[in-house]
Amino acid sequence: MSSDKINADKLTGGAHSPLRRKLLLGMAALPAIGLLPRGALAQALPTDAVNTTKLAVTDSTVKVGILHSTTGTMAISETGSVQAEKLAIAQINEMGGVLGRKIEVIQEDGASDWPTFAEKARKLLVEDKVAAVFGCWTSASRKAVLPVFEQYNGMLYYPTFYEGLEQSKNVIYTGQEATQQILAGLDWVTKEKGAKTFFLIGSDYIWPRTSNKIARKHIEMHGQKVVGEEYFPLGHTQFNSVINKIKLTKPDVIYASVVGGSNVAFYKQLKAAGIDLNKQTLMTISVTEDEMLGIGGENIAGAYACMKYFQSLKNPNNEKFVAAFKKMWGGESVIGDVTQAGYLGPWLWKLTAEKAKSFDIDKIAAASAGIEFTGAPEGYVRVHENHHLWSKTRVGRARTDGQFDVVFETADLIEPNPFPKGYQ
Amino acid sequence: MFEGYSLAELGSIFAMQGFAGLILFSVFVLMALGLAIIFGQMGVINMAHGEFMILGAYVTYLCSNFISSTAPALFPAYFFIAMALAFLASGALGMLVEWAMIRFLYRRPLDTLLATWGLSLILQQIFRSVFGAREVGVVLPDWLMGSVAVTDTIEVPINGLFVMGLTMTITVVIYAVMFRSRWGQGVRAVMQNRVMAGAVGINTEKVDRYTFGLGCGIAGVAGSAFTMVGSTGPTSGQLYIVDTFLVVVFGGAQSLIGTIASAFTISQAQSTMEFFLSGSTAKVLTLLTVVVILMLRPQGLFVLKVRR
Repeated sequence: MSSDKINADKLTGGAHSPLRRKLLLGMAALPAIGLLPRGALAQALPTDAVNTTKLAVTDSTVKVGILHSTTGTMAISETGSVQAEKLAIAQINEMGGVLGRKIEVIQEDGASDWPTFAEKARKLLVEDKVAAVFGCWTSASRKAVLPVFEQYNGMLYYPTFYEGLEQSKNVIYTGQEATQQILAGLDWVTKEKGAKTFFLIGSDYIWPRTSNKIARKHIEMHGQKVVGEEYFPLGHTQFNSVINKIKLTKPDVIYASVVGGSNVAFYKQLKAAGIDLNKQTLMTISVTEDEMLGIGGENIAGAYACMKYFQSLKNPNNEKFVAAFKKMWGGESVIGDVTQAGYLGPWLWKLTAEKAKSFDIDKIAAASAGIEFTGAPEGYVRVHENHHLWSKTRVGRARTDGQFDVVFETADLIEPNPFPKGYQ
Repeated sequence: MFEGYSLAELGSIFAMQGFAGLILFSVFVLMALGLAIIFGQMGVINMAHGEFMILGAYVTYLCSNFISSTAPALFPAYFFIAMALAFLASGALGMLVEWAMIRFLYRRPLDTLLATWGLSLILQQIFRSVFGAREVGVVLPDWLMGSVAVTDTIEVPINGLFVMGLTMTITVVIYAVMFRSRWGQGVRAVMQNRVMAGAVGINTEKVDRYTFGLGCGIAGVAGSAFTMVGSTGPTSGQLYIVDTFLVVVFGGAQSLIGTIASAFTISQAQSTMEFFLSGSTAKVLTLLTVVVILMLRPQGLFVLKVRR
């Protein structure tokens, strides 16, 4: 189902819109190859040369897949990623496509079900022969499709921040692995708030547990103390007991990695229990602008979130990105960390294909290391040899209107380290 | 874990913990009452119970948006209007479902289970199409937020007290309706002996429809109240369904008193253990205890004598 061709006019609103001019100006920094007339480029790079492995590439088009959940529990989270990826693809097509070929999207629904993800991934790679897939959100879905991508040699661009401990030739991780998200944030809160004691609370599955393991090691390495570490089943809605425990242990920092519907319950009940987040420091690694919609800004204002991207970031790339996103998907939409990471996928793939002068998976995988994207909304990013991104860590403070004030960012890009020594 | 605390501090923590247990108890009773009526009185396993709750939550969301944009002066009181509307909306949908689906399946409990599970999927997708896949934020009036400081160190959440009050009110109303009204007599008569109840002139079909509607309506009110403590999204109903069945089955399916007793036992056990152990362990131990007790007493805590 759903071969979905992106309509570029929807994005720019006709040839004379100021947005289009801005976009073109912004892209001037990119290789001028994208601005060449399409026919000339396709002739310069004949299909036989750029596609030696029978991918779905013609003289004028190249097919890619988008594989996210648009139904089921995870649709809440994955919708933003789909929107960002479609926006990036529309913008790339507007500039002339990749190697002179327009991108055509085949969208599949993983339906929040991990075997379905694997089955759809197989369909995209075997039947559709797509040149790249942008997709997956939860680690469980990524683990389900990984063997498929390795067996059939596909290329996956994975947008979510995750627990690390993975690296594959066939995957580019555009989100942060755990150490990129955790360490700088803990250092900041230690320095800024003089924190000595931490209470770790998370949902009970691999990501919060791995993240908290890293956090605990880091905290204890610096002579600070973890006064509590608690996990709750996914979907848990009653936090009053643990809130009493927090009141009893009086930690300097509550460090939260609660996800999904539990998130909403946790912050509502914290507020109802009289814990004022302007006085009690709370740092979370699981709340973005998307989650704020459900939690309600008034329930979480004052908390700190540790991410690499916030919608309120002030830089020219991000202003253009936010404007284009709202133009395509409506002024009400919000953009969280993962949505931005989703946006990077198609761009990184385009830049890699242009460097490799090929769509072949092996050449893309080999050429990925060192790819630089200067147009990223989060600022400059670069692909590491381990297929993760160099990126900054930022701390934002939640506001009542559902946005964050960026209060801190690391001076340099943080090196991705999916297998951190001493933290396992 | 208690070294280094004064007696007064420990006292206030335990007082607050007591309240936490009572609040959890109220939440459980509120979740389970609607299902206890449907499952207990009619024997219908309604897997879509959570979705009826979420319908109530969405009604509250719409109501909060509508009132804050048209009549902001009424906003502090909107929650009561929202609960009434939630009752009507979920109750009406419940009666429609009973008429269109459930009544053909009364003699086939396992088929009802499948049919209502399918219904829950359909409702989830409808919520997703209408309200979007993301969770919505329900804005609450200020007086429902925050906590009451009973002493300097004891704080009790207001919305918790509100849920407790609401649960008590609804329980009393249900008791009056089921045991003190003619209609309730009819419901109990149909439950005890359907054929004989029909023979003495009770319209059993009508009783079924209204009973199902009442159960769903209470689910709607519960959903409306839970916007204060939980999330409102297309699949949020799934968060409650397991606990709800647990409470009803453990209590003895046909007994409202049993439902309340079981909610009390489970909530106190869980909240105490959550305090002393970790959250996941507490859940495991609670479930284990329930399994063991049900092995010893398969009919649940309380059971009515029913002619079969």
